[in-house]
Amino acid sequence: MRYAAGATVRVRAADPEHHTRVPRYVRGHTGEVVAALGSWPLPDDSARGIAPPRIETCYAVRFYAADLWGSGDHTVTVDLWESYLDRP
Amino acid sequence: MTDHDDLPAAARARRLEERLIAAGLTSDDEIDAFLTGLYASASPVNGARMAARAWTDPRYRDLLLSDGNAAAAEQGFEGLSYQLRVVANTEDVHNVIVCTLCSCYPVSLLGPSPGWYKSFAYRSRTVREPRAVLGEFGLTLPVTVQISVWDSTSEARYMVLPLRPAGTGGLAADELTAMITRNGLIGTARL
Repeated sequence: MRYAAGATVRVRAADPEHHTRVPRYVRGHTGEVVAALGSWPLPDDSARGIAPPRIETCYAVRFYAADLWGSGDHTVTVDLWESYLDRP
Repeated sequence: MTDHDDLPAAARARRLEERLIAAGLTSDDEIDAFLTGLYASASPVNGARMAARAWTDPRYRDLLLSDGNAAAAEQGFEGLSYQLRVVANTEDVHNVIVCTLCSCYPVSLLGPSPGWYKSFAYRSRTVREPRAVLGEFGLTLPVTVQISVWDSTSEARYMVLPLRPAGTGGLAADELTAMITRNGLIGTARL
């Protein structure tokens, strides 16, 4: 587990050609780790039939709407696997 | 209303089923048995019972918020196929659940998801303008209430623990359960 709750992370901006579970609207954005959820197969690997898939920690990461959209006073929390994230 | 079987998505799903059956990977009987098993016990009453118990039992509330699967098991819902995460509404924070990528949803505890939950409009707008979306559900929150949107993108499934309405102190568990709606557990309503 690379990130603890409270850590600031940046979502990789890459736009892979294969299946991924990174919503486009958080790519390149910075958020805060709320919790580590568990370790699960990386969907990018599973969808491509890579066996065995990488098993990675998945984190709930919180973003401010104003950062994502330029407006809004809410937050959006998205579950993201470890290799989707970098330190900012 | 359009009959579900007429929808293009239903036709695509059926075509996929036919391909899988033709390939010898499954059968109509197996698909029917799976769906029957999934939906036989899936109902929002399940989630409502858990929420009502959390209102009256502080220990259970703590368990529900820290280990949703253990809390579900205590209510007889063992072996969930997902990690259950329950997020609690407070006077200051209102939670709402969405799945922008598809339609992830805790089916066994909330029953089959409503059609609007799977619509492009709900999925795209809830992360962007939740106050407007909630307003269209008839829920206007004070500006002092922070909205927290949860986008279910992983193996976790989310459920909202609604705020207990005032004046319900004398009600029994069944009466409390009956007050808790599916929309309350998704976060598109307050109770």
